[in-house]
Amino acid sequence: MTQLAVESSGLSKRFGRQFAVNGIDLAVPQGSVYGFLGPNGSGKTTTIRMLLGLIQPTAGSHRLLGEGMPVAAGRVLPKVGALVEGPAFHPYLSGRHNLARLDAADRWADPRSAARRVDAALDRVGLLAAATKRYRAYSLGMRQRLALAATLLTPRELLILDEPTNGLDPQGTREVRSLITTLAADGATVMLSTHLLSEVEQICTHVGVMHQGNLVAQASLRELQAGSVQGVQVLTDQPEPAQRVLRELGLTDVQISRDQVTATLGSLAPEKVVDALVHAGVPVRGFTVQAPDLEELFVSLTGKGFNING
Amino acid sequence: MADLAISATLPKPRPVSGRFLASELLLIFGRRRNWAGMAVLAAMPVIVSVANKIDPPTGGGGEGPDFFSAITSNGLFVALAALSIELPLFLPLAVATIAGDSIAGEANLGTLRYLLSVPVHRTRMLVVKFTAIVIFAFAATLLVAGTGVLMGTVLFGGGDLTLLSGTQISFGEGLLRLFAVCVYLAVCLSAVGAIGLFVSTLTEQPIGATIAIMILTVGSFILDNIPQLDWLHPYLLVHNWLNFGDLLRDPVAWDGISTGLLSAGAYILVFVTAAWARFSARDVTS
Repeated sequence: MTQLAVESSGLSKRFGRQFAVNGIDLAVPQGSVYGFLGPNGSGKTTTIRMLLGLIQPTAGSHRLLGEGMPVAAGRVLPKVGALVEGPAFHPYLSGRHNLARLDAADRWADPRSAARRVDAALDRVGLLAAATKRYRAYSLGMRQRLALAATLLTPRELLILDEPTNGLDPQGTREVRSLITTLAADGATVMLSTHLLSEVEQICTHVGVMHQGNLVAQASLRELQAGSVQGVQVLTDQPEPAQRVLRELGLTDVQISRDQVTATLGSLAPEKVVDALVHAGVPVRGFTVQAPDLEELFVSLTGKGFNING
Repeated sequence: MADLAISATLPKPRPVSGRFLASELLLIFGRRRNWAGMAVLAAMPVIVSVANKIDPPTGGGGEGPDFFSAITSNGLFVALAALSIELPLFLPLAVATIAGDSIAGEANLGTLRYLLSVPVHRTRMLVVKFTAIVIFAFAATLLVAGTGVLMGTVLFGGGDLTLLSGTQISFGEGLLRLFAVCVYLAVCLSAVGAIGLFVSTLTEQPIGATIAIMILTVGSFILDNIPQLDWLHPYLLVHNWLNFGDLLRDPVAWDGISTGLLSAGAYILVFVTAAWARFSARDVTS
């Protein structure tokens, strides 16, 4: 059995009468990049705050890196880097001084290497040139980078990142995603909360979906995609013969429109389909195998749209 | 098993680290707003001494120890006069600003969640924050006294001085007694700081916390001046503050001083404990 970096059972948080998080059983395997997906207000941040011991669960329990929280917080959290609900720093201190302050608060950090580690972290997120600038003069993207740098001050086994690409331009987004991939390749487990489906598709190995405080789905990305149905799309100016060929091959749900034919692939290899089409003399202008995107998967998994509600 | 190997590679935490406290002090004493506040504190002895140089006083009056009539006789009295002027408002306000900021300021900026997930244990956080407040209370008091001594000796000279009880003491002993006054007042102000620490755990608005502390302090000055409430007076935060004059008698009237220290100690104990009870279980949602 794989070890779990984050594990919860029945974790719940009630604010007043409303359950912000309703009995979720998280299972984040060690070494995975876990996409913690859900619309705004679905309980992601509340969950992350509970995981870090910032708020107390109403019910349920959880473990980080195999140790029970919040009892083991002093032992576990030094190995956990966290970005929670956006960056927050002292506005009148420079980026470098802000990181130095966080490092000074860390009893586990070695003071002798502090200056070097702070600069290395700044360098890793591309902020070294702006190290002496006051935080208040930072753009949103720079602030986000500084918060990421704070998680890199010491080597971490688990990174819990709440919307790390929020506010970044496309270039910054790419850099952060490649940074996360690098960190994961170095052996860290990354729990990445996001509402961007494309982000999950690009870098995650596992997915958990929150919806109105419930964890409505949780699986590896491969499992999710294997359980889904692939389709083919043939572009041609002679759709009728193409339709006939596809039917003869045993494809189902064959549909025809002006210059294309679509069908459900089933267990047939796509190259067999192309071969059959060409042999039948159908002029093929384009052929695509369509894996359903994550959004469709979620609709099929949860029966719900991906809209913000409550 | 894998966990054991991982834990072994993690360096041991230092049991006591002064780095967080140092960082806290850097934050307090490096902030421009606090420089401005300290400049105001230091301005009072300057104004008092210059005004008395230009237009020397003719007679005394008013509540509490009267240092004004003696100002021109010895520089040390400038320091004592400045302390007694700043005691009702400026000094408590300075401490209330720092104390109100302590937890609420971090909560307001959102830095609290990051400090706690470093992790900083909540008890340690309160210990460091309160220590910084106490250090600031001492620094503020010594700043007023120091500026007073400097201005006073420059404008009025030093030398032997006459105590409130009429005894003559040397300038050196005078300095020593002034230092004792500063320590006494700083302990009293630390009680304000303890209340501030507690109030600061209740809110995310540092200014609101500061205002609440000032209402308590000024309010208790007012209550202390209503004779019909004399049964309440011994329990009031500020009731014993002016006892610092007892350190300037010969022999020193220790009764008033020990009562004052005991009262301040009780306030500190109660409110630091309350802050801990509140903060250690609080949900941090900022």
